[in-house]
Amino acid sequence: MNPKRRTRLIIVLFLLVGAGVSVTLVLLALNENINMFYPPEAVVAGEAPVGAQIRAGGMVLEDSVARDPESLAVSFVLTDYVDSEFTVRYSGILPDLFREGQGIIVQGAIDADGVFQASQVLAKHDENYMPPELADMSPGHQKQPNPLNYDR
Amino acid sequence: MIVELGHLALVISLGFAALIAVFGLVGAQRNQVGLMNATSTLVSGQFVFIALSFGVLTYAFLIDDFSVAYVANNSNTLLPWQYKFSAVWGAHEGSFLLWILIMAGWSLAVAVKGRDLPQAFQARVLGVMGILNVGFLAFLLFTSNPFERLVPMTPAEGADLNPLLQDFGLIVHPPMLYMGYVGFSVAFAFAVAALLSGRLDAAWARWSRPWANVAWAFLTLGIALGSWWAYYELGWGGWWFWDPVENASFMPWLAGTALIHSLAVSEKRGTFKSWTLLLAITTFSLSLLGAFIVRSGVLTSVHAFAVDPTRGLFILIFLAMVVGSSLTLYALRTATISAKASYTLASREAFLLLNNILLIISMAFVLLGTLYPLAYELATDGAKISVGVPYFNAGFVPIMLFLAAALGVAPVLNWKRTPASRLIGNLGWVAGLSVVLGVGLPLVLADAVGWQVLVTLVLAFWILGSHAADFVRRARKGSLPVAYLGMQIAHLGFAVTLIGVAITSVLSVERDLRMAPGESTEVGSVSVRFVGVARVSGPNYLADQGEFVMVESGRRYTLRPEKRSYLARQSVMTEAAIDPGLFRDVYISLGEPLEAGAWAVRVQVKPFVRWIWLGGLLMAFGGVLAVMDSRYRRLKVRQARTTAAVAAEGT
Repeated sequence: MNPKRRTRLIIVLFLLVGAGVSVTLVLLALNENINMFYPPEAVVAGEAPVGAQIRAGGMVLEDSVARDPESLAVSFVLTDYVDSEFTVRYSGILPDLFREGQGIIVQGAIDADGVFQASQVLAKHDENYMPPELADMSPGHQKQPNPLNYDR
Repeated sequence: MIVELGHLALVISLGFAALIAVFGLVGAQRNQVGLMNATSTLVSGQFVFIALSFGVLTYAFLIDDFSVAYVANNSNTLLPWQYKFSAVWGAHEGSFLLWILIMAGWSLAVAVKGRDLPQAFQARVLGVMGILNVGFLAFLLFTSNPFERLVPMTPAEGADLNPLLQDFGLIVHPPMLYMGYVGFSVAFAFAVAALLSGRLDAAWARWSRPWANVAWAFLTLGIALGSWWAYYELGWGGWWFWDPVENASFMPWLAGTALIHSLAVSEKRGTFKSWTLLLAITTFSLSLLGAFIVRSGVLTSVHAFAVDPTRGLFILIFLAMVVGSSLTLYALRTATISAKASYTLASREAFLLLNNILLIISMAFVLLGTLYPLAYELATDGAKISVGVPYFNAGFVPIMLFLAAALGVAPVLNWKRTPASRLIGNLGWVAGLSVVLGVGLPLVLADAVGWQVLVTLVLAFWILGSHAADFVRRARKGSLPVAYLGMQIAHLGFAVTLIGVAITSVLSVERDLRMAPGESTEVGSVSVRFVGVARVSGPNYLADQGEFVMVESGRRYTLRPEKRSYLARQSVMTEAAIDPGLFRDVYISLGEPLEAGAWAVRVQVKPFVRWIWLGGLLMAFGGVLAVMDSRYRRLKVRQARTTAAVAAEGT
């Protein structure tokens, strides 16, 4: 094999191996870091896996927010205003737009008691903004709680 | 009345843009000097009318003309004047008008600065930009008219600008970012013009290089400003979130970085030509994809798409047309390009190729993560997912470290091939030194730093060392062209950003606390005492202002973070207080009030966080400096002489 071809072969092999390794790594990384989203209905019905990192969302139920007087621990109930609601526990600072009646998203895992242990609470910074996962539940901005609509 | 003038000016400039497209392309094709001369004049006209329209919208903001829907939705009589000014580009319609203004500005720059180009080539470039502007203007006029009136139901008061955007960051960040996004349309137009003319030699690479560099520098600056703004204004100290909006600006940056490197090879060696053309097309397509898709809301959700189907549809069609036609042209024309490339693995060509491969892989990686939720939702009939930050870090970080390792070799490499002795002789001691410094310094200066920081520091010293050694070598020979200095500074910037990212990510201390007035605590090496909260009022907000007395290695200072409540929108915002420093920021933000005067408080110590943006500034500065090189000026002088000679012969 002449030197030119050998160089080319090396380059091609290098690229193939590189591409193979990267594609594998990318797919693994994607697989591990996808957070499925579940509405309250699915959480209550047990469709959401216990212990896995997931996202869930709903409206913060009125008068459900309870602060621990000693720490930053807080618990609240997320509801779809139909018949499904579940409890979320979180420790830390809640976002500025966290309000009762507001749609929010929590990231974390459901524990053995069926309580959602959140590592993150998300509510975007624009009061007109609806987290995309909740867009189906209520059209646009709403101050009044509306019965949620699952029809698409 | 004046508002209608602004609208009319937009309609007129749409006509100008259409004429520019026709005159430029037809004139160049038939070699009609009259048409081509008219193109340049029309470009000036287009700019004047768009600037007029932009001026009218600005005026409507400054005089609080709430009969204009866009003003009513994004301003308020209490809004400070400088924010009324920047509110012009605070939402969809106006920011798109800014985009178009900048597009017209770049066209004007090509008409003026590009006089040294062959006239047919310049006319083609302007023609292609004219086509793009027809698309943009049509989009603005038909789907996002900023001059729409609220008559007769004119509100007495405006809904106010989103409080987050009432900030210095919003005044500067979008214009810089758009200068970059839109600037890549020039490189795109140069590529398409070259394809149209069939003249695919190294000349077009030389011509388009300064434009690509300047656009890249603006985009770099825009992204760095955006990150800095998010850091201090969102209130929680994050500087990059892998948010779709951020990714949208980052993807063209990655492709654009590949482009400016690939252009170097095309100019200097005459190879990589078709690849460079493809990159120019890709970079601008990503700009379009990014800006448009973010604006239409497609990325946040498939359902947001349905909210305004005309905008989304327009975008998709326009994107498909731009990408489809330019790629078709590319496929038709580049088949004829043949390049005799002969270079070995240890050559500058090979390493620039590696640079391109790594940057494009990282871009594809970000693209996949950004679009995956959309694809997933479409494929599974509505199942919703989000791609987590760990995905992006897992892929992006190793690629960048690999890139850093390769960058350290770069200054030593010759074109075509580099003798092994030169590599080892010049880099051996740099490798040794960078390991000693990268591992040694943190061990001496700090306690536990984590292996990630050590690896990054070694690589950063590796880049700095090999570049510094090369600088000294060249300085001794007395050959330090400006373009070379630009490269040095930009690469230095990359190393600086690398250091900042690694140290901030690994060594930041963050504590969420419950603090009552009078309480003290220690965070890292900083002692924090919460004095209390006072009520203050701003021009259009009320705020709870906390007072914290900090003591840090003998220095005493006070930080006053605020929790603001903006009157018009009744929205609450966290305004962090920061004590900035080159080696660390101390960052305090107020969470929510708890019982008995206590507050939720977040205290952060973020070492080296400023280095992230400092590196961005250096990169942008280096990019611009490279354009100042005398060889681009020599080109002009030479061409001026040739033109003069031709003219003299003609008489």
